[in-house]
Amino acid sequence: MTAVVVSDPDEAVAGVEDGSTVLVGGFGMAGMPVRLIEALIRQGATDLTVVSNNAGNGDTGLAALLAAGRVRRVVCSFPRQSDSWVFDGLYRAGKIELEVVPQGTLAERMRAAGAGIGAFYCPTGVGTPLAEGKERRTIDGRDYVLEYPIKGDVALVAAHIADRMGNLVYRKTARNFGPVMAAAAKLTIAQVSHVVDTGTLDPETVVTPCIYVDRILDLSVTEAAP
Amino acid sequence: MTDHTTTTGGVAGRVRTVEHLDRGPLGRDELAAAVARDIPRGSFVNLGIGQPTTVADHLPADAGVVLHTENGMLGMGPAARGDDVDPDLINAGKVPVTELPGASYFHHADSFAMMRGGHLDVCVLGAFQVSERGDLANWHTGAPGAIPAVGGAMDLAGGAKSVFVMMTLFAKDGTPKLVPECTYPLTGLACVRRLYTDQAVFHIGPDGVTVLETYGTTVRHLAARMDVTLHTLGGPRPYGGS
Repeated sequence: MTAVVVSDPDEAVAGVEDGSTVLVGGFGMAGMPVRLIEALIRQGATDLTVVSNNAGNGDTGLAALLAAGRVRRVVCSFPRQSDSWVFDGLYRAGKIELEVVPQGTLAERMRAAGAGIGAFYCPTGVGTPLAEGKERRTIDGRDYVLEYPIKGDVALVAAHIADRMGNLVYRKTARNFGPVMAAAAKLTIAQVSHVVDTGTLDPETVVTPCIYVDRILDLSVTEAAP
Repeated sequence: MTDHTTTTGGVAGRVRTVEHLDRGPLGRDELAAAVARDIPRGSFVNLGIGQPTTVADHLPADAGVVLHTENGMLGMGPAARGDDVDPDLINAGKVPVTELPGASYFHHADSFAMMRGGHLDVCVLGAFQVSERGDLANWHTGAPGAIPAVGGAMDLAGGAKSVFVMMTLFAKDGTPKLVPECTYPLTGLACVRRLYTDQAVFHIGPDGVTVLETYGTTVRHLAARMDVTLHTLGGPRPYGGS
């Protein structure tokens, strides 16, 4: 099925279930699907596992989802930042679980999920505390640890432009985790600055093909609404 | 690409260890310039967050060095100011930057594949400690209550043909940060090739630690303050160690 285009953020996130694993795009605020996260807070799904590079900045977006008490576990590479006070408070109070994953391994585990890879040997982190307990193997004289895919029930990503079928184009470094997350989840929801007619995007420039995208939130309509 | 490994007759173009005694230790800017001087022309380079970022200010425009930022870009330009600030164009430190002609964008899995696959020539990182085997500790103090956050540090440590570290040689309390064994949690094993500090520049290889240059001090004096065997170029007698 090609994507459904909606202008109502609440409609975009309808049906997200309690206990879901939610992949949330963005690196800092670049590519952060803020309107979708706000809608997810209103939607009410709880007991979530959130997979994202960071664990929220300031008081909005992912930080607001955490502050609302909806997240049981965070899987990320870099939770601690100058403005991550919401996560820091929950973590120190023992109210949230944390799995720290090296950034490239985080991306590759999601890429593997989207590509149907069962597990992969990765050199990153060998000999460090983050590799403890992982299966280790030497291949061609180099040491690796076994890493498993991270599959999402839902991915929330931000892209620049979509067409009506759901093909996505990103903008500059806001692309970051969007393409791997879109492929790694059962239900992928993208917020975009605007939607163009199918056939308008140059097929050579499409980064995320529509096969990975289920719902599009067209912010140009959402934000023009009274 | 120029190889950074030890070659017969010298290291990184140096044939003798030089003790600069007519001056004090390197300042932060001088340290960044010292790193920049050793980055071969035409290299693909990743500069880590914090002090390593300042190395970019000392790379000559005609050196043809292409900067990689792990959040998905090659051809990164200087920090953006005024009207050039674009929230969609940031570096790994989340600072707004600019793009240079020839820039490209790619997603995170590709960006780290580029790193892990050994395509970058040099990365420059900060550190808490470096061991004499080139082990790196730079992501976590291990202090109770500290929230662990690794980011791309482990990927970078293993992800370039040459890993350069820049740091002060001694902690504020005088403890050396070049050590026989790291006591902080490790970021990577035997990954550091070159260590740039305020007091000396070191090459780290299979044969141990070689002092390339000192600033305002001597190899003998440094050896007396550290528990690491220091080799010199053009001088066969190692200093110190135990």
